[in-house]
Amino acid sequence: MIEIRWHGRGGQGVVTVSDILARSVIYEGKYAQHFPEFGPERSGAPVKAYTRISDEPIEIHSGIYEPDIIIIIDRNMSKDFYSYLDGLKNDGLLFLNLSKEILNSIGRGRVPIGVKIYVADSKKISLEETGRLIFNIPMLGALARIIRTPKLESIEEILKTRFSDELLEYNIRILKRAYSEVEMFE
Amino acid sequence: MSLVKQIRMVALTGNEAIAYAVKQANVDVIAAYPITPQTIIVERLSKYVADGELEAAFIQAESEHSALSICIGAALTGARTFTSTASQGLALMHEVLHIASSMRAPIVMAVANRALNSPLNIHCDHSDIMNARDTGWIHLFANNVQQAYDLTLIAFRLSEDLDVLLPTSINLDGFILTHSVEPVEVLPDEDVRNFLGENRYPYEIDFNKPLAYGVMALPDTYMEFRKQLYEVLKSAPRIYDEIAEEYAKISGRRYGKLLPYFTEDAEVIVIALGSSVETLKYVAKRLRREGLKAGVLGITMYRPFPEEELVEILSKAKVVVVMDRAYSYGGVGGPLYTDVLSTLYKNDLKITIADFIYGLGGRDFKISDAEEIFKKAFRALEKGSFDQDIYWWGVKE
Repeated sequence: MIEIRWHGRGGQGVVTVSDILARSVIYEGKYAQHFPEFGPERSGAPVKAYTRISDEPIEIHSGIYEPDIIIIIDRNMSKDFYSYLDGLKNDGLLFLNLSKEILNSIGRGRVPIGVKIYVADSKKISLEETGRLIFNIPMLGALARIIRTPKLESIEEILKTRFSDELLEYNIRILKRAYSEVEMFE
Repeated sequence: MSLVKQIRMVALTGNEAIAYAVKQANVDVIAAYPITPQTIIVERLSKYVADGELEAAFIQAESEHSALSICIGAALTGARTFTSTASQGLALMHEVLHIASSMRAPIVMAVANRALNSPLNIHCDHSDIMNARDTGWIHLFANNVQQAYDLTLIAFRLSEDLDVLLPTSINLDGFILTHSVEPVEVLPDEDVRNFLGENRYPYEIDFNKPLAYGVMALPDTYMEFRKQLYEVLKSAPRIYDEIAEEYAKISGRRYGKLLPYFTEDAEVIVIALGSSVETLKYVAKRLRREGLKAGVLGITMYRPFPEEELVEILSKAKVVVVMDRAYSYGGVGGPLYTDVLSTLYKNDLKITIADFIYGLGGRDFKISDAEEIFKKAFRALEKGSFDQDIYWWGVKE
């Protein structure tokens, strides 16, 4: 079982992306669970969401405290990634919405040596492809590439149930571009 | 009928699963007042109606009190009727809850279990439904999203059964189940239609055949009415069993009134309601691998209370832990604890037992909580007793 924690800010689609991930996995006939962290919904406030992915039915109905993967979709929170690593497993994965250059200038600090860090520049990707800032779906593309689940086509199917027209096209474009551009930070 | 059953696995939240089941049940009347965390149920249903996918009267009432009153009127015309609420909403319905059951109105209601004020809290516990425990309704509890879907369909069939004619509540843990996306196997519409059949409510309000409903009964007759309610709740479990068996045939999923896991040879059995059952089951499996005889007992039908089945399962246990996500303030323990305790006493079973009050106002029930509670229980097994009878679990002191 893979346990994932998403970080971002209200309005950036933190809950939505976790929800889309779970639905895409289930679409493939595997097991997944998504649940948001609940609190007052305020635009701009830090928000968390959680996803479990498994080949077996998932029985646990409690929170995730030691995630295998942490994904930070907000740009500034990504820069301050050290504040969001609570409980991350020593061999876990960390996904940041940054360019390699920016992360180079920050450095990996005291992140445990076994943790692999991946960067996808959601800001650049979404601005170039759509002219807007959409941080969540590129990070899903990056994740899908690295953990090899779910397939891009499955995510696209779920996106189709949520978005239409231009917005759907935008999301698919940035999903695919982040999928191909995600890089490991060494 | 094809031999190979087409399985349709879809991703749904608990709220979506209930709304979908209600749509498939082809209800005639939905009356509700929005309240977190059930809002999405009625939101979805109103969309189904607006989009023409469900031909029903959707009535947004001005309060929960009115919503349930509307449901009673609708149910007495023979309409298949649904409502949904939580917490303060259920509390506001309280007097009407009694009227619904004693007027034998076959209403199905989803309750997204949530704490009661004060302090204000929107998260899960069972205080709302425990406050409505003695209202003469049938109360069913779901442990996951799949069960929320299945039990909703079973509830319509049970409520509308001519030998039952009672309202049923489907309880699902607020947020933990209402807002979690999980895989759900949904039945084809046709199977649902065949399983539920038509609502054949026999005493439809009919201007050509006037009847009196909700009459006044003075001391010479009142008690006879109440005895009837007592009797029908005595017989409802047998009918539930038949319906659940039929449901198992079409769905492959069997829901006893109790859901026992590894209880056969268990020395320690933990009893719970709602989503915690699943977390406890996960932990019990682990403990089994370590050679500990741990068992879990989920309660699907909380009212009428499945006394006989409980005795059968607990009679071989040495230690019983009851998990209560509510408390009976000023009473002898949590509501489930007092039920289990009386059942044991009535049946001359002397078993080491303790009550764990947990998860109030949405405090998470973690894997580590389940592990520690089992650990305490196995220590009680060695010592022959717990060091206290009621634990307020995980409270900061």
